[in-house]
Amino acid sequence: MFAKENVRSVERSVGRDIALVCLADGLVGASFGAVTVADGMPVWLPIALSLLVFAGSAQFAAVGVAAGGGGPVGAVAAGLLLNTRVLPFGLALADVLGKDAAPGPRRWLGAHLLTDETAAFALAQPTPERRRFAFWASGLALFAAWNACVAAGALAAGTGLLGDPDALGLDAAYPVVLAALVAPSLRGDAPGRRAAGLGAALAVALTLLPGVPAGVPVLAAVAAVAVPSAPARGRAR
Amino acid sequence: MNAWAVLVLAAGTYALRVAGPLLAGRVRLTDRARLLLARGAAVLLVALAATGALTEGHGLAGWARAAGVAAGVVLVARRVPFAVAVVAAAVLTALLRWAGVR
Repeated sequence: MFAKENVRSVERSVGRDIALVCLADGLVGASFGAVTVADGMPVWLPIALSLLVFAGSAQFAAVGVAAGGGGPVGAVAAGLLLNTRVLPFGLALADVLGKDAAPGPRRWLGAHLLTDETAAFALAQPTPERRRFAFWASGLALFAAWNACVAAGALAAGTGLLGDPDALGLDAAYPVVLAALVAPSLRGDAPGRRAAGLGAALAVALTLLPGVPAGVPVLAAVAAVAVPSAPARGRAR
Repeated sequence: MNAWAVLVLAAGTYALRVAGPLLAGRVRLTDRARLLLARGAAVLLVALAATGALTEGHGLAGWARAAGVAAGVVLVARRVPFAVAVVAAAVLTALLRWAGVR
């Protein structure tokens, strides 16, 4: 269906988008490393979390709970609650990470690269080959960029190079990264947008309630999908 | 947060990541389920963005961050390149804080 040059230009535009997400996530990663160390955690902690957990929001949540006095159990629970969302991503990406698509160790390595961003990149592609290309290209690039920038941010804060990360407005970067990632999938989906608005309001309201554990409000927001709406239109493509 | 907490979080996260592809062969998804899963993931990301923009702990985050994020989201909606929107959000928030807005 696609001429060769179109495929190449698609790969080029995916490559450009990946570079932009690496840049944006790099900023977020640097701010994560810096903010974590500025909160009084050791320099190795953000670096180890980024290598081994490799999930921005879970890392922020875990460190946030720990810094807020939640203790290690609370920190792990918050991180895991946030990461339950990779389960549906993994189900949706069966043609990228399934037995046939990624045999042997590739499948076990690929699973570690499953994030909001890589799932969004892969799911935006219309064919299985393009999904695989987008997943692996974005996953490897993001893993390198994220870990390098987290380490740089942690080391910069550890040596006092950065001053106050809040003064740089770094905390405003992360929500915009998420909004940019989700924008394409919601553009043509009016019921999805309604559910997202409802879910966001619910999550913010729950977060403001004292005593609701970190991580619970965003998961509760998913219930907004079940709110009845106009019958879903089948895919027109 | 100690090294054990990092390892437990890492192991649990990996288990969640690997469960999807492992179960996918056994669990068959209808188009409807697939749509709902994709929509559920999108709702989750928007909820994360909203709470990240507006809240800090159990309180409100303040005007500077909210305004910066709002500007970034408007730029994203207008299809401005991704990195420009992110940097614009951070710069606006930083400028507002510099001007004394919290």
